[in-house]
Amino acid sequence: MSWFRLQGRFVDNLSKIYILYTGGFLVFVALMAALEQAGLGADTIGILFVAFTIVIYALIGWLSRTMQVDAYYVAGREVPPVFNGMATAADWMSGASFVAMAGGVYMAGHPYLAFVVGWTGGYVLVAVLMAPYLRKFGCYTVPDFIGTRYGGNTSRLLAVLVLVIASFTYVTAQIDATGTIASRVLQIPYAVGVWFGLLGILLCSMLGGMRAVTWTQVAQYIVLIIAYLVPVFWMSIKQDFGWFPQFVYGDAVARIQELEPLLGVGTLKPAQPVPGMSALTTLHATPGDSTMAAWKFVTLVACMMLGTASLPHILMRYFTTPSVRAARSSVAWSLFFITLLYFTAPALATLTKLQVLDPNLATSIIGKSIADVNALEWIQKWAAVGMLRVTDANGDGILQINEFFMRADIVVLATPEIAGLPYVVSGLVAAGGMAAAMSTADGLLLAIANALSHDLYYKIIDPKAETRKRLLVARILLFGIGAAGALVASLQLTGILGAVAWAFCFAMSGLFFPLVLGVWWKRANRPGAIAGMAVGLGVGSWYLYMVKFAGMTPWIGLDDLRFGIVGASASLVAMVVVTLMTEAPDAETQAMVDEVRIPSGQTILGSTH
Amino acid sequence: MTDHSSDNRLMHWSKTKNLMIVHMIIWFFFAYIVHWFATDLNQFRFLDFPVGYYMAAQGSLFAFVIQLFIFVKQQDGIDRECGVAEDD
Repeated sequence: MSWFRLQGRFVDNLSKIYILYTGGFLVFVALMAALEQAGLGADTIGILFVAFTIVIYALIGWLSRTMQVDAYYVAGREVPPVFNGMATAADWMSGASFVAMAGGVYMAGHPYLAFVVGWTGGYVLVAVLMAPYLRKFGCYTVPDFIGTRYGGNTSRLLAVLVLVIASFTYVTAQIDATGTIASRVLQIPYAVGVWFGLLGILLCSMLGGMRAVTWTQVAQYIVLIIAYLVPVFWMSIKQDFGWFPQFVYGDAVARIQELEPLLGVGTLKPAQPVPGMSALTTLHATPGDSTMAAWKFVTLVACMMLGTASLPHILMRYFTTPSVRAARSSVAWSLFFITLLYFTAPALATLTKLQVLDPNLATSIIGKSIADVNALEWIQKWAAVGMLRVTDANGDGILQINEFFMRADIVVLATPEIAGLPYVVSGLVAAGGMAAAMSTADGLLLAIANALSHDLYYKIIDPKAETRKRLLVARILLFGIGAAGALVASLQLTGILGAVAWAFCFAMSGLFFPLVLGVWWKRANRPGAIAGMAVGLGVGSWYLYMVKFAGMTPWIGLDDLRFGIVGASASLVAMVVVTLMTEAPDAETQAMVDEVRIPSGQTILGSTH
Repeated sequence: MTDHSSDNRLMHWSKTKNLMIVHMIIWFFFAYIVHWFATDLNQFRFLDFPVGYYMAAQGSLFAFVIQLFIFVKQQDGIDRECGVAEDD
């Protein structure tokens, strides 16, 4: 940071640096807008957006390089709550949140809002039950807590196993998202895009571990939130929906409900399905009117919340704060920054849908002639890449609701084009999506690599390893796991969101109760925790396999997105029963739990261990 | 000032537990109860929104955020009162 003078260290000047950074980014956006007016091509603008932001992240990653263990694993424990809140928000909001969430609400209506509720409310559990206590513990990784609280290599290994399964399921989806965006913006094949995305991700984390990831994630949050909010405000003002669309889209919801019966939403079904795409057949704001619909909503909410509170890449962010108090308030800030995006997503979905449906708006396409619709630029562009299709099933030359197919993912990406905003906005959105996917991928890769290097290599295989060697192993693992993730992503096994929901269910099945009870139930012991993790993971995986691949009828509506309910219940029962059947933990362990419960005093584990 | 006498610790933990239970009840209400009754709530309107939809798209989210900032203050108050807060 030599281009302007700073008094003191980097962490003493955070506000100044990031305000300058935000200003610089806005200037860049304005410059792109000016260049677009001057005739610069859309493709070049897209490339510049993605390239510029990745170069900045890589620069931050390089400036944060370190050879110290506590800087590498927990960013030196000097991240202030508000900044940790931003970093957590970027860590948290994945490609799925940024790209797919508004699209999901658009296509699936009210039932999909279970994700919005679940992915925010989980933080109440993190703040009240987990984060402050894990911070007091002073661990580097989540298995570090399990391994020390319950003792023994078996418990540590099982925690590593759950962590790897859950995080790896999740990270492939993120690498897939970076690949999709990179291939689209840079116009390279998807298979190359995936490796390009991985390169960007590793540039942020290889040299500086948690410290580098923290400071790039703050930068990525700023880009992603600007990229999400600016198009929504701009569209809303341009289309006369009001200045603060999030608070005034109530009448847009009402107008959609009025139009739905007229356009046949929910009654007209597609004559022939198009693979990978769907037509709008679900009512926007009508929850299914049955106990089963309510049950499905709350069980999905429960899976996402308990999963949130068990995902190691989120919990480990709270190891980086200077104090227990800071960890707690950092959770509140995280949720605040996350909510800024999550309460905008349904507004975006609603307003985009209104623009497509409402015949009174110039942008509408339903009910227009097929020829006119096919002449629209955004229709042609997205149809060309196989993301959207217009058919004329009944041959009347008019587009009906069941003749318009698209991939839900494109709602966020295409909104600027539907509303007729300049291309610079689309470039901004691409950079935002890239930031969201990269930041989550970084957090996940680091969680996996740290667990393997710290818990498996250092704590179990070679406890005498010197610092240099530990950090070298950590970096080699980071690279190897990233490559494995990119390889799996390039096989394109499931849609982005399927894999994400599974990660939550795996995490809650194996880790939720061993973590919570480790703090809140002093009696919980090693055999109980081992049983809880093994049975939870085993039963959860078995149930997922049976429901998804072996054709078993789901129990009371618990489909493959909700298998965590089954896994976590089994985990709880196994943990409590086995704990009560075996001896209480020794006095030393009980004293350790007492110590974890109060904020003051030394951490359980030393600052370097 | 930190005081680690066992009386203080007991008082601290029982207050912390009670606070946890209160917040879990509030959480349970906004996470599950309101959404269970979404269809019934949709008969009412708030800011022109059907209330069931509003709670899932915004209401519960705001409740969680406000709840957490209050929780942070309350827990810090308990820590200080019982003499187990960290030094400022």
